[in-house]
Amino acid sequence: MTEQMTGAQALVRALEHVGVDTVFGIPGGAVLPAYDPLYDSVKVRHVLVRHEQGAGHAAEGYAQATGKVGVCMATSGPGATNLVTPLADAYMDSVPIVAITGQVATQLIGTDAFQEADISGITMPITKHNFLVTEAADIPRTIVEAFHIASTGRPGPVLVDIAKDALQDTMEFSWPPVMQLPGYRPVTRPHSKQIREAAKLMNEARRPVLYVGGGVHKAGASAELLELAELTGIPVVTTLMARGTFPDSHPQHMGMPGMHGSVSAVGALQRSDLLIALGTRFDDRVTGQLSSFAPNAKVIHADIDPAEISKNRHADVPIVGDCREVIGDLVTAVRNEHKDGRKGDYTDWWKTLNGYKETYPLGYEEFDDGSLAPQYVMERLSAIVGPDAFYVAGVGQHQMWAAQFIGYEKPGTFINSGGAGTMGFAVPAAMGAKMGRPDATVWAVDGDGCFQMTNQELATCAIEGVPVKVAVINNGNLGMVRQWQTLFYEQRYSNTDLQRVKRIPDFVKLAEAYGCVGLRCERPEDVDATIRKAMEINDVPVVIDFVVHQDAMVWPMVAAGTSNDDIKYAQDMAPKWENEE
Amino acid sequence: MSRHTLSVLVENKPGVLARVAALFSRRGFNIDSLAVGPTEHHDISRMTIVVNVEDLPLEQVTKQLNKLVNVLKIVELDNGQSVQRELMLIKVRTDAESRGHVLELVNLFRARCVDVSTDAVTIEVTGTTDKLQAFVRVLEPYGIKELVQSGMVAVGRGARSITDRSLRALDRIA
Repeated sequence: MTEQMTGAQALVRALEHVGVDTVFGIPGGAVLPAYDPLYDSVKVRHVLVRHEQGAGHAAEGYAQATGKVGVCMATSGPGATNLVTPLADAYMDSVPIVAITGQVATQLIGTDAFQEADISGITMPITKHNFLVTEAADIPRTIVEAFHIASTGRPGPVLVDIAKDALQDTMEFSWPPVMQLPGYRPVTRPHSKQIREAAKLMNEARRPVLYVGGGVHKAGASAELLELAELTGIPVVTTLMARGTFPDSHPQHMGMPGMHGSVSAVGALQRSDLLIALGTRFDDRVTGQLSSFAPNAKVIHADIDPAEISKNRHADVPIVGDCREVIGDLVTAVRNEHKDGRKGDYTDWWKTLNGYKETYPLGYEEFDDGSLAPQYVMERLSAIVGPDAFYVAGVGQHQMWAAQFIGYEKPGTFINSGGAGTMGFAVPAAMGAKMGRPDATVWAVDGDGCFQMTNQELATCAIEGVPVKVAVINNGNLGMVRQWQTLFYEQRYSNTDLQRVKRIPDFVKLAEAYGCVGLRCERPEDVDATIRKAMEINDVPVVIDFVVHQDAMVWPMVAAGTSNDDIKYAQDMAPKWENEE
Repeated sequence: MSRHTLSVLVENKPGVLARVAALFSRRGFNIDSLAVGPTEHHDISRMTIVVNVEDLPLEQVTKQLNKLVNVLKIVELDNGQSVQRELMLIKVRTDAESRGHVLELVNLFRARCVDVSTDAVTIEVTGTTDKLQAFVRVLEPYGIKELVQSGMVAVGRGARSITDRSLRALDRIA
C-alpha cells in the first residue's frame, strides 16, 4: 500500500515508524518544510532547545539513559555546524544518535547559497556514517538505514542531511522500505575457538584483571559480567565509561583505572599477568605511557569493533563480537574448564590487591578555613540521592570527583563526556536523560566553567517541564586546567580564573531568571540540607551553587605521558609497590 | 616500510572517494597511488590504493576502511601474484635528428607514439612502476616537456575473482 505525500511528511512518518518519541531541535529556513508536518505529529514530541549544541547533547543524554537512538534536528549552515561538537562527542563515546539537518535546495548546493554548509563533508570524520538526500523518495529508506547503523554494531552518530526540495517534493510512501547496505555487516558472534583459548588463559593466570569499558553496558551485559566475575573470582576495574556496569560496592571491584583512577585499580592493571579487556579501547587516559602499561600482562581483547583490537596494545587473544555474547560464552567456557578440574587460583593476587585497597583508599584534603571540599559534596550527594538516580557530568575536576566519590551500583547511571571531553555536556545531556526517563531523578554535576557554556538549556528545562537538578561545583576557575598549571606550569594561572569574587554571573539569580529554583551552599554543614531541599522540589529545575575551595585537586593522578607506575595519590606522594610477590 | 597494494571494492555512490581519501589522511597514511574506476558491475567501483606502511599500521587502516559503510571488500594483492599496471603519457622534445632515437626507445619499451609534431612526440606507455621509471630515465636526455601518469591498477593472477561474493551481496538487496 502506498500513499502520496511530501518528503517532509514522509520524514515525520518514518520517524514515527522507527519509534521516535522525542526530537530535540531548532527550526530554520532549509528545514522548515519538515517542521510543518512535525507540528501535527502526536507521536513525536519536538523539544525546542536554545542552541543546537544543546539538542545534540540532549539526544546523547536521552540515548544513554534509555538505550534508544537519540534524535536531534537543525537547519542548514550554522544550525548544522552547531551540531558538530555533539556529533564528535557521540562518535568518541559510541552514542547512538541520528542528526537530521536541512540542506539548501539541490540546485543551490555548491553555490555558496545562504546558510549553506557542506555538513556531510564536515562531519565525515566524526560520524559513523552520513547521508545527503536529494530525492524525496529516498527519505524513508535513509531514515531506516540511519537508525540501523546508529544502533547496531558499535553504536555511533549518523547524520542525515536532506535538501529542501527533497522535503517539498511529493513521493509514494510505503512501509517498511528495504535497506540497501551491502557493505555494513557488524560481527556480533564471537569465535568459539578464541573463547575457549580465553577461558583457558583465565584459569592459568595468577594475576588476572577484568578491564571493563563502556561497551559492556552498551551491549546490556552487566548481569553477564557479574556472573563471570563471581564465577572466576577475578578482580574488576571499571573505566570512566563503565562506571556502574559492575557495582562499586562489590568486593571484587577495584575502582576506576586511569589518569585519575584509584591506586588499587591502576596497581591491579600494572601488576597483572592477564588483562581481560571487554568493550574497551586502551585509551591513553587509561594506559598512561603505553610502553609501560601492564608490562607483564597477556591480553584478551573483546570488542565489537575489529579496528579497536590491537590498535594500541597487541591482543594475544582477539575476540570480535558483542560483549553480551562474548561474556555469556566465556561463562560457559569457564564452567567447562571448572568441570574438568581447571580453576584459577588467585589467592596471592587478592592478598596484594586487598593490601592496595586498605593502604590507598580514595581520600581528599579538607580545608582549615571551614570552606567546602568538592569531594565532600559528591559523597553527600551519593549518600542522600542514592544509586537509582542518573548522574550526568561535564568535563574537568568535577567530572573526576563525580566518577570517584559517587557510588555507582547500576549500569548506565553515570553519563559523561569521556573520549571527547566536551565541556558543557552536562546540562543538556541531563535534560535529555530526564526526558527519556521522566520517572528517574537526574542530577547534572557540573563545573562553573562548563555550566557557563550550555546553561541556556535551563530555559528549555523550565518551559518543557523537565525538573533536572544541577549541582554546580563552583571553584571559580577552569579547575582542571588550573590544577595542571599548579603542577606543571609553576602556578602561573594563565586565563583560568573566572573571577568568582565578582559573582558574575550570580548562579542563584541566573537560575531564577530561567524559571528554576536557585540555592547556594558554601559550608559543609549546609550540604545535606541543601541537597534535601533540592530533592523535595520536583516541579521545576533546581540549581545549587556549591561554592567550593579553589585549591582542591583531583588525586590520584598519573601525569600525562608518564607511566602508570608513577601514579601519585596526593601531591608528591607515591604509593609503595614493594608488597608484591 | 613496505609497499602494499589494496584493491577496495566500493559502492558506486557520490562521496565515496572523499570518504576513503579522508580516512587515509586522518589516520596519518600517505597514499602513493590511487586509481578509481568502474567494474564489470555498474553498482560497484574499484579502487586500487598503493600505500607505503609497516604491516601493523596497514592492518589498522584496512580495519578502519572496512568500517566505512560504502566499502564492500578489501583485498591486499600480493605483488608477485598480481598483474600491476600504470599508464603514462610523455611529451618529449624531438627534432629531425633525435626523433629516430626516441622512436627506437619507444619500440624497445613496447610503448606507442600517439601524437607527433615537428618538435615533439607524445608517447603512451603502460607497465609497472619500475618499467615506467626506467623509460623516463632514458628519455630525460632528450627533454621531457610534459608528463602525466595514472595511478596503478592491479588484478590478481589466476581464475579467481574478488568481485564474485560482493556481487552476491548486492544481488540480495536488489
